[in-house]
Amino acid sequence: MTFKFEIEGGNFSKAGNASSAVKKILKQINVPPAIIKRLVVALYEGEVNVVAHARKGWIKVVIEPEEIFVNIEDEGPGIPNIELAMQEGYSTASQKVREMGFGAGMGLPNMKKNADLLNITSQVGKGTNVEIIIFLNQSHK
Amino acid sequence: MTVSEIVDKLNLAVWGGEDGLHRPVTGGYVSDLLSDVMGNASDGDVWITLQTHKNVMAVASLKEVAAVILVKGLAPDDDTLEQSNKENIPLLGTKMETFEVAGKLYELLKK
Repeated sequence: MTFKFEIEGGNFSKAGNASSAVKKILKQINVPPAIIKRLVVALYEGEVNVVAHARKGWIKVVIEPEEIFVNIEDEGPGIPNIELAMQEGYSTASQKVREMGFGAGMGLPNMKKNADLLNITSQVGKGTNVEIIIFLNQSHK
Repeated sequence: MTVSEIVDKLNLAVWGGEDGLHRPVTGGYVSDLLSDVMGNASDGDVWITLQTHKNVMAVASLKEVAAVILVKGLAPDDDTLEQSNKENIPLLGTKMETFEVAGKLYELLKK
């Protein structure tokens, strides 16, 4: 099963809509709650990153018997130094975004904590591609 | 303990999400950083914050918190209130500061 969603850059009033839609689907198909919880944290952080930094983005969720694969792709500024971006507390978010309680430099670390596999590639000036995998059978970890 | 009992005992205002007042409360979390709440709050928590914008309800819903308490008499934005009603997650309010309301909630829940 594959589901696709669009994310509008800069529109915080819609941030979380895609994550919420994915959560509903996963519940309907009886994915274990512990897996849903982790996936939702990782996905929401990815979605907010697109809203906060990029012009637009796309989420693709592929549900396989063994794993859930999420791809978040955006058109945006890209990340010059991914290692630095992964550090807890590091953020390039605007003052406005920070005042809303985002941009504390916790997003990518949250994604890493909750994903079984996280792969980020980015081209400065073009965009960022994030892949998240969570195994449905945690003994495969 | 339910959200409703906490509303009564702490004399909280109910801004919206009345249909969720029966929700059971299992703990509390205090933070104004949304990613911190995403990463660390648990379902069934009452979340205490000074943030009043709509994304609070998005996080509250994704984390399945029992209720949200806005402190210092802060009013929710209109779309925050709307979302609280849509999700049936009670959006509560108090004139107390975070320290005071968190302390009182802790006392209630540890019994």
